[in-house]
Amino acid sequence: MSTETGIGAAVKRREDLRFITGRGNYTDDLNVPGQTCGVFLRSPYARAKIGAIDATDALQVEGALAVFTGRDTATDGLGDLPCGWLVKSKDGSDMAAAPHPPLAVSQVNYVGEPYGLVVAESLAAAREAAELVAADFEELTPVVATAEAAEASPIHEGLKDNLAYDWELGDEAATDSALATAAHVTRLDLTNNRLIPNAMEPRAALATFDPASGNYELRTTSQNPHLERLVLSAFVRIAPEHKLRVVAPDVGGGFGSKIFVYAEETVVTWAAAKVGRPIKWTAERSEAFLADAHGRDHVTHAELGLDGAGRFTALKARTTANLGAYLSTFGSAVPTYLYGTLLAGQYKTPNIHVQTHGVYTNTAPVDAYRGAGRPEATFVVERIVEAAARETGRDPVELRRLNMIEPDDFPYETPVALVYDTGNYQASLDKALHLADYAGFKQRRAASETRGKRRGIGFSCYIEACGLAPSQLAIQLGAGVGLYESGEVRVNPTGSVTVFTGSHSHGQGHETTFAQVVSDKLGVPFDDVEVVHGDTGRVEFGLGTYGSRSLAVGGSALISASEKIIAKGTRIAAHMMQTEPTNVAFEEGAFISGNQRLTLQEVAFASYVPADYPPDLEPGLSEKAFYDPENFTYPAGAHIAEVEVDEATGVVQLVNFVAVDDFGHIINPMIVDGQVHGGLAQGAGQALLEHGIYDANGQLTTGSYMDYCMPRADDVPDFVVDTTVTPCTHNPLGVKGCGEAGAIGSPAAIINAVTDALGTEDIAMPATPEQVWRKLSGL
Amino acid sequence: MHPFNYHKPSTLAEAVALHQGAEDPAYLSGGHTLLPTMTQRLAAPSDLIDLEGLTELIGIAVDNGTLSIGAFTRHAEVAASTEVQSALPALAELAEGIGDAQVRNRGTIGGSLANSDPAADYPAAVLALNAVIHTDRRQIPADGYFRGLFETALEADEVITRVDFAIPSRAAYEKFPNPASRYATVGVMVADFNGTVRVGVTGAGPCACRADAFEAALSARFDPAALDDAELPAIDFNSDLHASAEYRVHLVRVMAQRATARLASL
Ligand SMILES: Cc1cc2nc3c(=O)[nH]c(=O)nc-3n(C[C@H](O)[C@H](O)[C@H](O)COP(=O)(O)OP(=O)(O)OC[C@H]3O[C@@H](n4cnc5c(N)ncnc54)[C@H](O)[C@@H]3O)c2cc1C
Repeated sequence: MSTETGIGAAVKRREDLRFITGRGNYTDDLNVPGQTCGVFLRSPYARAKIGAIDATDALQVEGALAVFTGRDTATDGLGDLPCGWLVKSKDGSDMAAAPHPPLAVSQVNYVGEPYGLVVAESLAAAREAAELVAADFEELTPVVATAEAAEASPIHEGLKDNLAYDWELGDEAATDSALATAAHVTRLDLTNNRLIPNAMEPRAALATFDPASGNYELRTTSQNPHLERLVLSAFVRIAPEHKLRVVAPDVGGGFGSKIFVYAEETVVTWAAAKVGRPIKWTAERSEAFLADAHGRDHVTHAELGLDGAGRFTALKARTTANLGAYLSTFGSAVPTYLYGTLLAGQYKTPNIHVQTHGVYTNTAPVDAYRGAGRPEATFVVERIVEAAARETGRDPVELRRLNMIEPDDFPYETPVALVYDTGNYQASLDKALHLADYAGFKQRRAASETRGKRRGIGFSCYIEACGLAPSQLAIQLGAGVGLYESGEVRVNPTGSVTVFTGSHSHGQGHETTFAQVVSDKLGVPFDDVEVVHGDTGRVEFGLGTYGSRSLAVGGSALISASEKIIAKGTRIAAHMMQTEPTNVAFEEGAFISGNQRLTLQEVAFASYVPADYPPDLEPGLSEKAFYDPENFTYPAGAHIAEVEVDEATGVVQLVNFVAVDDFGHIINPMIVDGQVHGGLAQGAGQALLEHGIYDANGQLTTGSYMDYCMPRADDVPDFVVDTTVTPCTHNPLGVKGCGEAGAIGSPAAIINAVTDALGTEDIAMPATPEQVWRKLSGL
Repeated sequence: MHPFNYHKPSTLAEAVALHQGAEDPAYLSGGHTLLPTMTQRLAAPSDLIDLEGLTELIGIAVDNGTLSIGAFTRHAEVAASTEVQSALPALAELAEGIGDAQVRNRGTIGGSLANSDPAADYPAAVLALNAVIHTDRRQIPADGYFRGLFETALEADEVITRVDFAIPSRAAYEKFPNPASRYATVGVMVADFNGTVRVGVTGAGPCACRADAFEAALSARFDPAALDDAELPAIDFNSDLHASAEYRVHLVRVMAQRATARLASL
């Protein structure tokens, strides 16, 4: 296969031309005849009873068409927004799920929660009308702080407290006894700061209803349109699946925040039929801050036991996870199955126990955000390992090496329910140390000191789990959906190929990577392969893109479908060459038997124009596959951060960052580098800059870029990224997943570097200048 | 945004007359403060009177120890002006550090001073460089211009036409940016007029102010160490998410010392 476009080639992203020339087709770019505009009414209070809502004046505004409230959606029998993962408490009881109506009916529970929708001819009229809706609220005392929520009085009527679940994993007795007899125990209290996702494109929806056919169509910013359709159909009961098409056109970033089925997209779809006109809603940035699901927000107490030689004997974590006011689509799974299971990290810690209290608060729902659970787990493991090294006077690198799972330990079963298939952690660490010039650090530190700067270095040897799997086990553990992916490879009569995937690209570059995979597998030119995704009307089914699963799961489905194409093509070719299929080999796009050769294009043509064709075979050359992975994939790597701290102001500058990751085989190294860079920038954002803060009244004080600090180009260094390769053992491409690793590994490395520079045990994220200055000044 | 009437007067007198005749008018300069508040529906003027093109508000000139900048001069123009760079490099540098490229290409010095955001950069320079604010009807000395939070000596319909800065023998501006907005958490300009030092501070309190004790200390001995124990301005220090009052107090001194150190090492 052509090395310029095949697997392993740094092919430029074919989708970028339309993006950078302004020809992308984002939801808000789309317009349909008769379209109206929707504006949501949002709660100004963190917790309040809803009284009378008077829309009389609003409906007087010229162009105002309708005002809907939660009472209307309730009257129409719209179902609640479901949480897709039923987590059980350790006593076996189901999680306490508070009902989550698409529009609040009797009580609002976070600032920004939608309680109504105004529809008008124009956006200006809709806004004006929205301002004139008079709603009475009776304010109630909100519960805001994560750590105090469990003890506070319940925010939801009908629930006995704010504890959604009390979940655990691992052997508590064994862990406690190992800690009791450990030669040394390191204890750390950690906060994983709340983050607010900021995809470049805010959420949007354009819903239409055709009364003639009874068909609904929702075009929206979704990472998984089939899931959206399933929920709107089966749970919210807007329309059966065959009457509802969901299209996710070009989507400008998601980072997890567009996985979820939200109120706005749902209500707009329902309302399109009520109004009898298409409705468009596009979130403003300030709405996105309030009403997109947030990320992280954990408070954890952790203990790590070591024996006299420095071997880890036990790890215990007690975590309170803020779930927000309602359980978002996967909100329950993130601080449990995606967090607790990763606490072994890269180490052979024999005893691990984790307990997670998922709590309700009067804040925006919290759900998966780039990394989802694994950054939180990595932060606990890598912070406490670093702290243990310092407390016991060991080199942080040597302590990690001593405890690492070795290449011949695989498959390795952790005490927290995972089986790692493969890896070589020392190899990544060695390479990273070399690239970071660890040996030269002391000199660099001395040089910094002459300039009034303190220098620190920090490590993070992370592991993560991508491509949640397998379906059967996950469903037993409470997942409400399967975890496979579908794919279809259609060889057109003249030999070009259309590929359909249930995976969705919103920045990841599938249109390029997946075309590389199929073109490589089938030996057809890269330019002859088109990738279609994000449309329930065109793609059979799909579970979408999240958890770095696209290539490992969706790509594998395309391999399976391609193999079926080759198998069928082999039978057709054998017939045409008058030989047995077993005598036919498929190589570089051609079926070969002895000195006879037929290209895939020729065979495809024969399949659609079956003149000389096997009598027992259907015409056509199009194949589908569902791929259900047998295990997660386990990307892992070593991140090394170096920071300089300005002693006078407390400003932390990230001066060097090395990431060596093992993603298994790599299809397109340029795209992988890009994914890592983006993830690292987000990790740097979490460690140093970003913080979603609510005040005591539950008002979001960081509701715009004036206060919510996103990382910018000058906040990050020129990243040094490299890879090592241990191929995944259980998927056909040997790939693992690279989308989240940067955000998973880096926060711990950066905070370890800051604490190293300051000589302090801990500093909370984000390590803001004032906080650092206070540490330096002993305040 | 609410609907409004848009006017583009061609003379200063016409602009003022339009303002006086309208119900709830606002002058529009670069629009980088006014328009965001309108799109957020926090402001809803009935009439916008665009100042672009008024000749009285245009131009940069150096004359007899004074640098004069028209009110409609954009930050990017100040930063790139060779006159400013040679007469008052500290001011060019200050302008280059405002916001981002889009903001600098739209925002104007007149708009910034009329608005008097507590975290804006120019006010520190206006005080340190003993500027005179020229309006359609009078001249306002720097020391009488800033009155409080978003409050200035301007009357409602008064238009800033230009700002005259006294050119010092040397000056430097040090800004500690708010990490999120990149406005000044604290900004300090130190200007030395042949041994008489003026220090303008922005970001610290409700509006820009001078640091008298710093000025006295530096006039006596131009050395960062002279500020070690000098008293801070007697203002109510701001406190927000990004910097407590205590931290700002510290930063004012550090920024002043850094500005001094830069000049002392020249
Ligand atoms: C993202 C962003 C970042 C920014 N960062 C910074 C920063 O780092 N530092 C900084 O200093 N500023 C910053 N700004 C503010 C920017 O410098 C604006 O230019 C300034 O606040 C207002 O100037 P303008 O010309 O845009 O005025 P406008 O927005 O047009 O007007 C502001 C106010 O002044 C009045 N006005 C305007 N001109 C006159 C006049 N000639 N006479 C009388 N009244 C007048 C208007 O009626 C209005 O009330 C930032 C702004 C943005 C949007």
